[in-house]
Amino acid sequence: MKNPGLLRSKRTVAALAAAGALTLVAACGGGGESVTGGSKKDGKVTITMGLFGVMGIEETGLLERYEKENPGVDIKAEIAGDEQTYYTALQTRLAAGKGLKDIQGIEIARAKEITETQADKFADFSGMTGTDHFLPWKQSQITTSDGKVLGLGTDIGPMAVCYRKDYFEKAGLPTDREEVGKLWEGDWSKYVEVGRTFKKNFKGGKVAFTDSASGLFNAMVYGHSEQYYNEKGDLIHDKNPVVKEAWTLSSDAAEEGLTAKLRQFQPGWDPGLSNGTFATAVCPAWMLSHISEKAGDKNKGKWDVARAPKGANWGGSFLGVIEDSPVKEEAKKLVAWLTAPEQQAHIFKELGNIPSSEKALKAPDVTNAKSEYFSDAPIGQIFGAAAQEIPDKQVLGRKDGTIKDIFSQGLALVEQGTARDKAWATTMERIEKAVG
Amino acid sequence: MAISTTHAPAGGESPGPAPRTGGTGTERRRLGALLHKLDIKGAPYAFVAPFFVIFAAFSFYPLVYTSYISLNRVELATLDVMEWVAFDNYVELWGDERFWNALANTITIGIISTVPQLLMALGIAHLLNYRMRASLFFRVASLVPYATSVGAAALVFTMIFERDFGMVNWALGSIGLDPVNWEHDKWPAQIAISTIVIWRWTGYNALLYLAAMQAIPADRYEAASLDGASRWQQFIHVTVPGIRSTIVFTIVLSTIGATQLFGEPLIFGQGPNGITGGADNQYQTLGLLLYEEGWKNYQMGRAATVAWAMFLLLILVFVVQRLIKRLRSRTS
Repeated sequence: MKNPGLLRSKRTVAALAAAGALTLVAACGGGGESVTGGSKKDGKVTITMGLFGVMGIEETGLLERYEKENPGVDIKAEIAGDEQTYYTALQTRLAAGKGLKDIQGIEIARAKEITETQADKFADFSGMTGTDHFLPWKQSQITTSDGKVLGLGTDIGPMAVCYRKDYFEKAGLPTDREEVGKLWEGDWSKYVEVGRTFKKNFKGGKVAFTDSASGLFNAMVYGHSEQYYNEKGDLIHDKNPVVKEAWTLSSDAAEEGLTAKLRQFQPGWDPGLSNGTFATAVCPAWMLSHISEKAGDKNKGKWDVARAPKGANWGGSFLGVIEDSPVKEEAKKLVAWLTAPEQQAHIFKELGNIPSSEKALKAPDVTNAKSEYFSDAPIGQIFGAAAQEIPDKQVLGRKDGTIKDIFSQGLALVEQGTARDKAWATTMERIEKAVG
Repeated sequence: MAISTTHAPAGGESPGPAPRTGGTGTERRRLGALLHKLDIKGAPYAFVAPFFVIFAAFSFYPLVYTSYISLNRVELATLDVMEWVAFDNYVELWGDERFWNALANTITIGIISTVPQLLMALGIAHLLNYRMRASLFFRVASLVPYATSVGAAALVFTMIFERDFGMVNWALGSIGLDPVNWEHDKWPAQIAISTIVIWRWTGYNALLYLAAMQAIPADRYEAASLDGASRWQQFIHVTVPGIRSTIVFTIVLSTIGATQLFGEPLIFGQGPNGITGGADNQYQTLGLLLYEEGWKNYQMGRAATVAWAMFLLLILVFVVQRLIKRLRSRTS
C-alpha cells in the first residue's frame, strides 16, 4: 500500500455513492412540480393536454393556430390511441393526484362516473360566457347534481347506416340513399328484414348483411333516453324493455346468419372492411374516417351513407380542466375556444366529427358538407338531421361503457352458436360481477 | 480525493472558522480512526442497502399493501375510500366459476405449451450439438424468437390465426380442409396461444440444453459406441441423464412462466375481448382474470384477491412438490 489515504478516500467515495443511490431511490416520487405539468412563468404559459383517439383537436392544426394567435402560450398535447387505456390511466392519476394534464378529455361513457366520483377534481365551467351554444342534452351530461359543469362538449355521435352500393345492386335492392333510407325508415326490425332479403337474393360470394350484431344492438339501445340505468341511478339493464327488444332483434340477426361475426374496431374488422365481407355497418359519424381509412382507395365510391331507422347517439366527448392546475383560467379559455362553434365546424370539415354545438350544426360549412369517399353523400345533412332526432334526455350510468362491452360479448356468443337464453344469462351474470 | 478531510470538520469538535489546511495531527488521526471503523462496519450494509430498499419499495410493500386491499372493497377511481369486508372477497372468489375456469385454462395452456416446447428444445439442442457448418448462425437464430417482444410476436400470430384472412386457415383451405375459428373455439384458441409461447421459448431452452450437453465428457459417448449403442440409445442413456439438472431447471422455469401467462392471450383476444379471454372465457388465464377485475371492472379489492390466490397456489405447488420429494426419498 503506497498510499493508504488514497485507498481510504476511494472507499469513502464508494460509500458516499451508495448513500447517494439510497437518497436517489428515496427521492423517487418526491418531485416538487405542479400536479398537472402546466406552468406560468415570465409571461409564458404552458398548458398540457391529455387526449385519446381522434378527437381532431391536434390533428386539424387547431393547437398551432391557438399558439400563433396567443403568443406566449405553449400547448403540449399527449394523445392515447385507445380510450380504455387512457381512462384507466386517468383514474389512477386522479386517485394519486399526480401525472395529470391541465386539460383532460372525457368520453361520454365515463361522464357519469366522473360527475359522481371526481367532481371536486375538475374545474367548474358554469356561467362562463360564450358557452351557451351547445345542444341542450350535451352539457347536462357533464353537469353534477348540484349544478357544477365539469367540461365542455366536443363532438357527438349521431348514427346513420353505411352501406355498399355495389352489393345492394347485386342483391336487387335500391342503391339510392334516399330510397335505401326509406327501406327501413322508422323501425330497426325493417333493417333486419332488408337483411333477410339481402341474404336471399345476394349472389356473388360470401358477404354478410352487416358486420356485427353488437353494432345493431348499440344503435337500438342508444336511441332511447333510458338505457342501462334509470333516472334514479338504478341499474335496469335486465328489465328495460328497450334493451330486451334490442337483444331479441340482434339475436335474430345473429342466428339467421346476417352478421359477419366481427368485432368492431378490432383487427379482424379492418380486413373485413378492405375485402368487403359485409354490406352494411351502423355507423356513428366518427366511424366514417375509420371506414374510409381501412376500406382504402380501392373501395372509394362503393360506400354510401343512408339515414338510420331511428336517431341515436353513440359516443362523443368532453374537455375538462383540472381544478388544481396552476393555469386553470388559461386552460378554461383554451377549452372554450376549442369547443367554440367555429372550431367545431373546422374539425367537422377536416375529419367528419359532428359538432356538439347547436350553432355549429347550423353553420353552412357543416350543412353543405359532402363526403367524397362515400359517393358524395351529404353527410352534413344526414348526420345533422340525425342529431336532431337524438332524444333530448339521455340517462347515463356509471358503468355504461363496461355494460356495453359485456353485451357485445354476449351477442358474440350468440353469433357463434350459443343459445340466446344461455348467452343472456351469462351476460347478466357478468354484468352483476362488473358493477358489484 | 480529499473529500474525507475537507468535509470532516462538520462533525469535528472545532466550531467556528475551520482550519482549512488541517487541524492538529491527533485530531486528524482520531477522525480517521472513526471513519475507518465506520467504513469497515457500515460500508457493507451501505453496499447491500440499495437492493433491500428497492426490494422493500417494490416487492415487500406491494405484497403487504395488496393483502390489505384484498380485504377491502376498493375501486380504482377512489383508492382512498376503502370498505372493510374481511375475507368476503376470498369467499366470493372460491365460489366464482370464472376463477376455476381461469385456473383450469392456466393449467391446460401450461401443459400444451410446456411439454412440446421442452421436447422440441431437447431435439434441437441435440441437433445443434453435432459438428456442422455455420453452427453459430443456427445457435443465434434459435435465440431470435426469445429476443422478440411478446407484443410483436403475439400480434403477428394473431394475424396468422385470423379467421377470415389468416395464413393458417388459408393453408387449411388450400388442402381442402374447413377453416378453423381459432379465436372462438376453446381448444384451437388454447393451441394457438400455446404456439406463441412455444415459438418464443423453444430456442432459449434449446440453448440451455446445448450448454449442458457440451459439458458431457466425450469419452462417455466413445464408451457407449464401443458397447454398440446406437445414436438413439446414446441420446437416451448418455445425453439425457447428463443434463438432468438442466431439464429440472427448465421445467421449473416454464412452470413459473405458465402460471404468469398474460400478454399472449390478451393480445390474441384483441381489446376488451382479450381481457375476458374470449367471449366465453375460453382462454382466460389467472393473469387475465386479475386484469379484468382490476382494469375492466375497476375493483381493486377483488383484483388483489386474485393476485393473492395465485401466490398461495404457487406456495401450494411448492409444498406438494416437497412432500412428494420427501416421500420418494423415503421409499427409495
